[in-house]
Amino acid sequence: MSNILKKEELPYCRGCGHDLIARNTASALEQMEVAPEDVIVVTDIGCHGIIDGCLNTHTVHGLHGRSVAIGAGIAMGLEERGKKIIVFIGDGGSTIGLQHILEAARLNLDMTVVVHNNMLYGMTGGQTSGLTPCGFRTTTSSEGNPWTGYDLCALAYTSGAAFTSRITGTGNISGQLREAFETAGFSLTEVIEICPSYGVKLNPGRKLREIIEGSGRLPGRWVNERDPFVIKQERKTSDLLKDLDVIRVDHDNRLAGPVSIVISGSAGEGVQHSASILAAAAVRSGCHVIQKGSYPVTVGVGFSAAEVILSPQPVIFCGTDVPDVVVVTSGDGLSHCRNRIKAMRSGWVFADRSLDLPDTGAGVAIHDFRSVGARSACLLALFRTVADTGWISPEALHRTAVESGLPARMPVDRMMEMVKT
Amino acid sequence: MQEKTEKQVVIVDGSRLVTEAMARAGAGAFIGYPITPANLLYQYSARRMPLFLPAPDEISAVQWMSGLAATGKLPVTATSFPGFALMLESLNMAFMMELPMVIVLVQRLGPATGTATCGAQGDLALLRGMISGGHQIPVLCGADFESAWRLSAEAVHVAARLRTPVVYLTSKEEMMTKKSFDLSLLDYITAAEIPVFSGEGTYRSYEPGENGIPSFLPVGNPAWQVRLNASTHDRDGILKHSTAEALGNTMRLEEKSRRHLGGYTHYEYDSQEGAEVLVISYGVTASAAREAVSGIRESGKKVSLLVPGTILPVPDEYYDMSEKYERVVVAEENINAQYARLLFGEKLPERIRTMGAVGRMITDGEIRKEVLT
Ligand SMILES: Cc1ncc(C[n+]2csc(CCOP(=O)(O)OP(=O)(O)O)c2C)c(N)n1
Ligand code: SF4
Ligand SMILES: [Mg+2]
Repeated sequence: MSNILKKEELPYCRGCGHDLIARNTASALEQMEVAPEDVIVVTDIGCHGIIDGCLNTHTVHGLHGRSVAIGAGIAMGLEERGKKIIVFIGDGGSTIGLQHILEAARLNLDMTVVVHNNMLYGMTGGQTSGLTPCGFRTTTSSEGNPWTGYDLCALAYTSGAAFTSRITGTGNISGQLREAFETAGFSLTEVIEICPSYGVKLNPGRKLREIIEGSGRLPGRWVNERDPFVIKQERKTSDLLKDLDVIRVDHDNRLAGPVSIVISGSAGEGVQHSASILAAAAVRSGCHVIQKGSYPVTVGVGFSAAEVILSPQPVIFCGTDVPDVVVVTSGDGLSHCRNRIKAMRSGWVFADRSLDLPDTGAGVAIHDFRSVGARSACLLALFRTVADTGWISPEALHRTAVESGLPARMPVDRMMEMVKT
Repeated sequence: MQEKTEKQVVIVDGSRLVTEAMARAGAGAFIGYPITPANLLYQYSARRMPLFLPAPDEISAVQWMSGLAATGKLPVTATSFPGFALMLESLNMAFMMELPMVIVLVQRLGPATGTATCGAQGDLALLRGMISGGHQIPVLCGADFESAWRLSAEAVHVAARLRTPVVYLTSKEEMMTKKSFDLSLLDYITAAEIPVFSGEGTYRSYEPGENGIPSFLPVGNPAWQVRLNASTHDRDGILKHSTAEALGNTMRLEEKSRRHLGGYTHYEYDSQEGAEVLVISYGVTASAAREAVSGIRESGKKVSLLVPGTILPVPDEYYDMSEKYERVVVAEENINAQYARLLFGEKLPERIRTMGAVGRMITDGEIRKEVLT
């Protein structure tokens, strides 16, 4: 009696190729002297997958096509080496879940996939699958399958599988399976076998060998010399809160209530960074702050906009339809906020001299913001904004900018001088 | 509670807080596939989680998570509707296998791809019906940074304690908008532990024990055979068509999240003596509701507020509270009153008023107006 198989009788139809694979898997493991508790058999949905109850190993029975992926997760999670993860999957499962096979092969996870290729979907009634050979008859192609099946082994091999083989599912295949089980890293063995209930009935007189030869998917073995993927257990991680700068209040603000400032410029021109400096400067001036960025999905081109709300009390954010101040430093920025500027009935627009502003009810302040360079225009405009509104002091902005290391990249001192005069 | 130390004001977004909270709560791995507006969680997790793995798609993500959970890890992920939709079958699997994990669902405007950069609260109806058979997985939802911190950590704890997938529900603005915030307000978080088999008696993978939750052993352990199964199964984890034991197991799954609901019922109930109107709001809209309520009170009128943190299953307490008011106003960022209908039925009684929005946030002004009319 086998120590891997719990029962003598397996649940398949008489003569089913799945039976041969199950028994040979058990004898391969026995030859290797692997204990059942060191083996995790993951089964897919399909006839081959009803084997759980017959095994003394750990068993995992998941979804159709996903067995390789859950097996991959187990391979990633097991810290102890030397366990055998064996996935039983059908030809159907391996095409609906093809990505999972390619991915596990690419990562070279330490596991073996045994593909029970009976050339059709057995469990659901013998329909054509993605591995059905050309000319093979199924319940859904009585004239024979018009298409060629995938070369699954080639796919696994070129994805990086350490070991791939295709074998004929007759006789003693335990040695061939053992080669896969003994591989360190990802191995896949495609066993071509036949389903008596549909395959044999619909293709009378055809021999397995002849079908294989006619399919062009010949037996073979393919090896990539690779080390298996081992997960680093002692990864360095960093506390995300410790990364943050704690801001102390060392300036005053002169806000009576919440105000919102929209900053609109071009991607790559420091809009988000400048907004962060404004936000930090406001916090050090005792304000509560909300900061939100928006930009197109192509972050490197087009507009880049930020919205900063400053408030003397805690604030909630409901989105700003009509801001108190719009700062606009480039053509892209203007296109993005043109309608908002038009909608303003009060407040201020700080705009670069190059821009052609729409009519607005807001006060307009035009300056040569871009004279300090495109990348610095936005921060200069914010210096101007805080100096003119008096909401927070330019000194607070200046100190924040200096402490963030900006002077190396931007003429921060000069900006301070410019708004003072 | 952490000792209240001196103020530590920083500028921070919700994704950072939630990632850190889940890591402190014992999340051992993040497996994900990027999607706006959940990208920040993905990015922070790459730095923060003991194990970070980029999956090639969301189906793989939940499958890998399940495999990791089978070995005793507590995995988390973050996604938005398009990714969540792909995860559905695998989440049913994890539910059936009783594997702990947390899915942070960052809502954005649908249907389908909708608008990636626009917030919404439109996925609640889906969450209520996501498990075939109508079973319920716990859904928790924070309403501000403090509760997001607390409840995302709690999501990890509930997942471990109940051996189940848990959804932490949030939305774009909550995860992406930065705010000034005092870190000293954050509670201390303890690390969750998965209740492991005591070693007494025989181990059966789905033997429920007194509390209806099977104790855990990792696959590959040398002592006992572990069998996980997503098909209808008996207590050994063996596929069974419809035996009494197997159906009993399925019925136990129905019970599990409700039976322990008391242990994870979280809400904020700010009641005012003599108030005739109760405002119910959750997630991003709760801040507007809170603001509206304080405005209404300042004007001398009375109003109460309920902010559910445990969204699903619905705790009885919400009904007990609602019954006390002549009028209940439910505010949420969708246009079909998803939570209101879930709470009070498809045909809403007169006294239940709903308000919603699509493509924008509900404002405190709107809530105030609804309460005062
Ligand atoms: C997502 C999903 N789609 C469809 C099915 C139905 N289904 C069950 S088994 C199967 C095909 C099985 O074929 P194969 O993988 O070749 O295994 P075999 O039965 O031939 O051993 C299908 C389509 C399912 N269970 N899940
Ligand atoms: S239907 Fe075919 S594949 Fe399924 S058990 Fe019977 S012979 Fe095997
Ligand atoms: Mg098949």
